[in-house]
Amino acid sequence: MKDQDHAKARSRRIHRRIMLWSLLLIGLGAMVAPLTGYLFVEIAGAQSFEEVNPRSETTWRDVREGNGGVTTIQGNETGVLIQNGGENYRQLRNGPVASIMPWVMGAALVAIALVFFIGGRHKLDHAPSGRVVPRWKLWERVLHWTTATLFIVLSITGLSLLFGRAVMIPVFGPEGFAAYASGAMMTHNYVGPFFTICVGIMALAWAWHNIPNKTDLEWFKAGGGFIKGKHPSAGRMNGGEKVWFWFIVFVGGAVCVTGVVLDFPIWGQTRETMQQAQLVHAVAAILWISLFFGHAYIGTLGTEGAIDGMTTGYTSVEWAKQHHDLWYEEVKDQEIDADEIGLTKGVAVNRDSGAPTSG
Amino acid sequence: MARMKFLCDAERCIECNACVTACKNENEVPWGVNRRRVVTLNDGVPGEKSISVACMHCTDAPCAAVCPVDCFYTTDDGIVLHDKDLCIGCGYCFYACPFGAPQYPQQEAFGVRGKMDKCTFCAGGPDADNSDAEYTKYGANRVAEGKLPACAEMCSTKALLAGDGDMVADIYRERVMRRAGRPQTWGWDKAYGAGV
Repeated sequence: MKDQDHAKARSRRIHRRIMLWSLLLIGLGAMVAPLTGYLFVEIAGAQSFEEVNPRSETTWRDVREGNGGVTTIQGNETGVLIQNGGENYRQLRNGPVASIMPWVMGAALVAIALVFFIGGRHKLDHAPSGRVVPRWKLWERVLHWTTATLFIVLSITGLSLLFGRAVMIPVFGPEGFAAYASGAMMTHNYVGPFFTICVGIMALAWAWHNIPNKTDLEWFKAGGGFIKGKHPSAGRMNGGEKVWFWFIVFVGGAVCVTGVVLDFPIWGQTRETMQQAQLVHAVAAILWISLFFGHAYIGTLGTEGAIDGMTTGYTSVEWAKQHHDLWYEEVKDQEIDADEIGLTKGVAVNRDSGAPTSG
Repeated sequence: MARMKFLCDAERCIECNACVTACKNENEVPWGVNRRRVVTLNDGVPGEKSISVACMHCTDAPCAAVCPVDCFYTTDDGIVLHDKDLCIGCGYCFYACPFGAPQYPQQEAFGVRGKMDKCTFCAGGPDADNSDAEYTKYGANRVAEGKLPACAEMCSTKALLAGDGDMVADIYRERVMRRAGRPQTWGWDKAYGAGV
């Protein structure tokens, strides 16, 4: 009996649900159906637009819109009489890209200066004891510094090509700058693909260190260690480092892809592709350089002991505990005395200079 | 002061490509570079039109605006020329030009292009007029000799007009009046701005 009651109740519930949804559907249909009139007008309007006015001359309109004709001259897009994208490219490149992007770079430098002068350096809380833990393997350090060197070379040469006309011609004169720019362009073009390969290897090699997790959220909530006295937990890579990594993967990736497109004009790219690629390349690259300033500051001057991991491959135990406590727990069994492995550089070795400070 | 312009009369151009040949011959243009080309629209159907196009020597030239080494200059006659000693062959002028005028002797991997080459309105370059250096780099300097570009002077149907903009416009206006057609000052609004 009880089962029967249950079954009845359930079927009643289902019926009620079907009824409710049907009513909703009917209501919705009643509201939407009259709107199909607009759709009809829209379609009819689109069709009438396609009809050609017999009194108008369409040839020149086609030309003006960039449609091509036939020519005996061989080559890419030789049949196109007018390519309109070039003027947009010119306006955007010489306008917003050249006038706004330098301010982004400048703002990054100002922000770093503010952090340095107001917040101050991030010193070690405890004097280094001379004990160290391994952080970066030799091949990882070689990869990092190769990429870093190429990045700086590409940044300087790339910025020279965009801003050299305004900034460097008045200094070097047209001939001097042209000689430099020629070398800069060649360097940029030949170095770029190798840099792209380095970035690609880095992205593949370090992706698994950089998978975001809950710890990163807590890290950001706690101000990412920028607030004095607070040391939010972090694993091997903290939230900030992960942001930098994924920024390189996506924004840096865009720079690399557009760079390769621009560097090899042999695959039949249209002018439009090249114009767009160049604008994306310039904007993304300058964003990259701006964030790089922050990376370089935090990795060297900003955080005491941070550079050791990338130069010697080992960091002091004190640094690891302070900045990457969760990671330290993982590697503390590999802890070793700096003298034992013959370390001659780094905070852990210079025990006196790394004395505890009030900060 | 003259303001040099090109105008191609699409009602007259018969796509003979003599202008292309004349230009190559006069300027000893390198292989693969075509300073001028003839484009036929609606080829083979009634109402087909042909246009001879090269550098239009724009009033506010986009090529000059984007050049990273600032190698372009406009002469007193309104002719847009460039200095091949400064050119680094980056290709930006080619991306910016609406008419596809800038050309490169090469187009290879790693962006190797060589120095840009384009129509000079047969006015050479920044080197001394009609010097060997000028001829090797830029071709003939007919303007310095008081002549007009070879392409326009060769044109069998006088479709391609070159010279002072006012005179070119007068000749063309007269033609349009006689044939009761509509003016087709092709490319002029793009190259020389609205209202010309």
